[in-house]
Amino acid sequence: MTGTPPSPLPSRSAPEVLDERGRLAGLLRSAARGDEAAFAEVYDGTAARLHGLVIRVVRDRAQAEEVTQEVYLEAWRQSARFDEGKGTVLSWLMTIAHRRAVDRVRSAEANTRRDSTYEQARREVAHDQTQETAIANVEARRVRQAVATLTDAQRDAIELAYFGGYTHTEVATLLELPLGTAKTRIRDGLIRLRDALGVRS
Amino acid sequence: MNDLTQIHALSGAYAVDALDDIERAMFERHLADCAECRAEVESLREASSRLAEVGAVTPPAHLRASVLGSIAKVRPLPPVTPPAQVVSSARRRVSARLLAAAAALIVILGGVAWHPWTQSGQVTMAERVVHAPDAKSHRVALAQGGSLTVVESRSLGRATLVMSAVADPPTGKVYEMWLRRPDGSMAPAGLVSHGGNRTLVFAGNANKATGAAVTVEPPGGSSQPTTAPLALVGLGSNA
Repeated sequence: MTGTPPSPLPSRSAPEVLDERGRLAGLLRSAARGDEAAFAEVYDGTAARLHGLVIRVVRDRAQAEEVTQEVYLEAWRQSARFDEGKGTVLSWLMTIAHRRAVDRVRSAEANTRRDSTYEQARREVAHDQTQETAIANVEARRVRQAVATLTDAQRDAIELAYFGGYTHTEVATLLELPLGTAKTRIRDGLIRLRDALGVRS
Repeated sequence: MNDLTQIHALSGAYAVDALDDIERAMFERHLADCAECRAEVESLREASSRLAEVGAVTPPAHLRASVLGSIAKVRPLPPVTPPAQVVSSARRRVSARLLAAAAALIVILGGVAWHPWTQSGQVTMAERVVHAPDAKSHRVALAQGGSLTVVESRSLGRATLVMSAVADPPTGKVYEMWLRRPDGSMAPAGLVSHGGNRTLVFAGNANKATGAAVTVEPPGGSSQPTTAPLALVGLGSNA
């Protein structure tokens, strides 16, 4: 069953959010030329959200700190390869972070039994709200509203894949779905999310 | 093994890193030839990255100091210059494969610090293992021609299989990859439906394995090897 937001979802981000994106892109361009102070500002503007993501995926705080550090070092190294035409600095950083976090959690767990039931996986993925600083800003609200437009099935599949770090075949097992269904749900849900957020496609 | 109409359906899972190493390598090769999928992956990654907006944890101050300390020691890499345009996608496929094989061989011969980037700009696990500072390789020449090289990295806990000019498996069979457990039994670590010049990652934690092997098996693989290995190498202290 589809949840719908009570008020219309704005199709574009607020001006201050767009300004921040431009600011980060400019800073990263400077960093690509070796400007360490500019990179420090990129860190300051993104580290909380990035580290929040890494912690949710990796779960172990000490390993999460290692991963976050590796991500920023990689971002510094790759800063000249960021293409502003292809997306935002935040999404570029999150892509690197997500990939490294997933690699870390999979290699750490490679020989231990992975979660075999959905409920167990779900319990671990739900984040500890008492410790997190929720960003109570316009963009976060917009994202929550966009997520609410997904079906429960799509939201569950994406949560397990994105925050749980599970492969689509593991998601299918956890949700007791036929093998091909999880990847379809993940794709359909992400398309819906993308369109609700007004991400250029 | 690859139904081409199915491969586009992996774009969403790929965008959120929900593919295992074998599917990821397969999909990345597909991305090199499919602009539609590249565009879709970019947009879906952008969308999924927004999910991180709704939760934040400020890292400890020492982490900031560590990051800023580490960037002071290395310079940003120069921008990538685009490769020469080729006329047809078939030629590009062939040249990309030859480049990958050449890169694998160059690294194994122990010289160049070249870092190949996939079309998506992300490094695959296979590439990271092959280029890891502690990478150790074990090459086996095959009687049928070509060679198999197992490259292990203790720091990454993974082993990769580099196939060089390997023939396809016999008709109606597949190659199966294995990691040998300390008790001597073999754990299935992936299936390969054709030969050529490819790099694949053994599924599982290579640090706990005493060896790696490749056998020929019926389609769908076996739970235990049913034929003598094409290649069997020791890993770690068993090398």
